[in-house]
Amino acid sequence: MSDIVLKTENLTKRYGGVHALEGANFELRKGEHVAIMGDNGAGKSTFVRQITAVEQRTSGQIWFDGKEVNFNGPIEAREAGIETVFQNLALADDLDVPSNLFLGREKVLFNLGPFSILDRKYMRKATEAALVRTAVKIPNLSNTIRHMSGGQRQCVAIARTATFASKLIIMDEPTAALGVQETAQVENIIRTLKDNGEPLILISHNMRQVFDLCDRIVVFRRGRIVANLRKQDTDGQDIVSYITGAKTGEAELAA
Amino acid sequence: MAQTSHGVGGLTYDAKKRSWPAEFNVFLALVILVAIFEAIGRIFLGDSFLFNTRSDVAGIFNEARLQIIILQVSIVGIIAIGVTQVIISGGIDLSSGSIVGATAMIAMSFAQVATVNGNPNPKAMFLAQGLTDLPVIVPLLVAIGCGLLAGLVNGALIAYTRIPPFIATLGMMVTARGIAKWWSKGQPISFPTDSFAAIGKGLMPVIIFLSLAVLFQLIMTYTRYGKHCYAIGSNEDAARMSGIKIANHKILVYVIAGILAALAAVVLSSKNLTAQAGMGVMYELDAIAMAVIGGVSLSGGRGSIIGTVIGALIFGVIISGFTFLRLDAYYQEMVKGVIIVGAVVLDQWRQRLRALRA
Ligand SMILES: Nc1ncnc2c1ncn2[C@@H]1O[C@H](COP(=O)(O)OP(=O)(O)OP(=O)(O)O)[C@@H](O)[C@H]1O
Ligand SMILES: [Mg+2]
Repeated sequence: MSDIVLKTENLTKRYGGVHALEGANFELRKGEHVAIMGDNGAGKSTFVRQITAVEQRTSGQIWFDGKEVNFNGPIEAREAGIETVFQNLALADDLDVPSNLFLGREKVLFNLGPFSILDRKYMRKATEAALVRTAVKIPNLSNTIRHMSGGQRQCVAIARTATFASKLIIMDEPTAALGVQETAQVENIIRTLKDNGEPLILISHNMRQVFDLCDRIVVFRRGRIVANLRKQDTDGQDIVSYITGAKTGEAELAA
Repeated sequence: MAQTSHGVGGLTYDAKKRSWPAEFNVFLALVILVAIFEAIGRIFLGDSFLFNTRSDVAGIFNEARLQIIILQVSIVGIIAIGVTQVIISGGIDLSSGSIVGATAMIAMSFAQVATVNGNPNPKAMFLAQGLTDLPVIVPLLVAIGCGLLAGLVNGALIAYTRIPPFIATLGMMVTARGIAKWWSKGQPISFPTDSFAAIGKGLMPVIIFLSLAVLFQLIMTYTRYGKHCYAIGSNEDAARMSGIKIANHKILVYVIAGILAALAAVVLSSKNLTAQAGMGVMYELDAIAMAVIGGVSLSGGRGSIIGTVIGALIFGVIISGFTFLRLDAYYQEMVKGVIIVGAVVLDQWRQRLRALRA
């Protein structure tokens, strides 16, 4: 169990009558990069929201970093070392880039409880450094992000996870809105994480990307995990047939 | 052309063409408004609104008028500071006027003198208990306690039961007014000690208002608290996912609003040398109007204390302007209503305009 970073057993989430996630058994080992694929509405983001405790699960168990965990909210998950780029990005439109990057964990000059004085210079410098890694172009960091492009916003969210030390990074469709250059850059960030042995869960609809970056592919369909395949044992065609339901995973999973 | 790259990725932008702060527009509105009153005054009354036209008084400006403009908005302005941070963080506070009433009554009864003209103070609430001629810190602390308690109830209701701020503070508005009336069974409470009376004397309300405005402008800009106000008002879900403790923050926001309303009550009752149960009626709406006129967005996330201060001045100019033009007080009320709605409509337009320009 020692090299398992994250494990879920029978993780289930229902929204009223909607069975968004049913009995998900999932494992992630040290240094491993796992892709989650599946159609729209397959339950991928729901799975992430249960792990990060943005929502409270209906049933099931989660182990992280060697212990069973029951996070009370996203703060606890983050404090335990899970950094997440949520699909809806979780950004505050009326704040500028540095404020968003450091949202909820601002660097302070003097600690005066809630009235702690912010270290704005430091946060600005760190933001510039973090954004350079994503290759995004943002003309003025002091503008609010309200009118920034989808890709710029996405890079802010990605830069956020890369700025803080963590034990597990989860990215929910991080390159969905990005241009060619920015996508390549984000993929480079992910490769760097791999080289540093940092585990990652990547949700993506991009087959090429998944095969380029990940060791293992887990397919969700209608709230269930229908396939869990090592990259070398499968190919794009195979994955697509699991996603569409042409192939069902029961046999393989049982084997 | 001064093109500088302040951003990342080598994209250039013209630093000179940065959009000016929203407060500047509000300030412009203030200047235009003053100019309008000045023009009307010159043309129809042969008198100046802003400038000194009397030969027996020194100075370029009509200082008496300037003082009145700011003095009459100072007390509501103190409340508006609290209301501004409430609105920025996505809430609303309808209870501030009633908190003023209740706090004025309760605090004043701990600020009374024992004897008036050699006789026992006829209005003293706690004469029998010997609670008269107390040091000024006592009524001050009592007031802060009242504001804190009211804010705590507001904040806890909003944070934990998740009822809309509009409803929670409406409840407090009615309840606090009830407390104000019940406290002395409708009797006014008068004859404060000299030290209590000093708090609201002369230009003291203005000094207190502006000092608090500066303090809170700094808090909203440079502290974690301020940052979180904007974050929560902008996108509460994002703030929650980013690890901000929403419930705690909201409670603190309403507590601060309550304490500021209580301070306004102290200044008001000190200035009037009496407290009455009807004090502060409708102040909550005036305070909200000042904020909205000052560019604070009712949908949260945008605005500033500076904006609200300018909004308060616009308010003061309008009231003084009407007096200057010798228009009835009735018109003031009517126009105030139009201004409040107008400011909200303007806010909506501003948001749509921003979206179009993007
Ligand atoms: N709060 C909610 N209330 C009710 N139903 C919900 C809620 N959140 C998600 N669902 C439903 O749960 C299902 C799974 O949604 P989820 O967001 O996990 O999909 P996804 O796999 O991430 O899809 P996509 O690729 O489009 O992001 C969907 O049918 C969705 O409508
Ligand atoms: Mg999703």
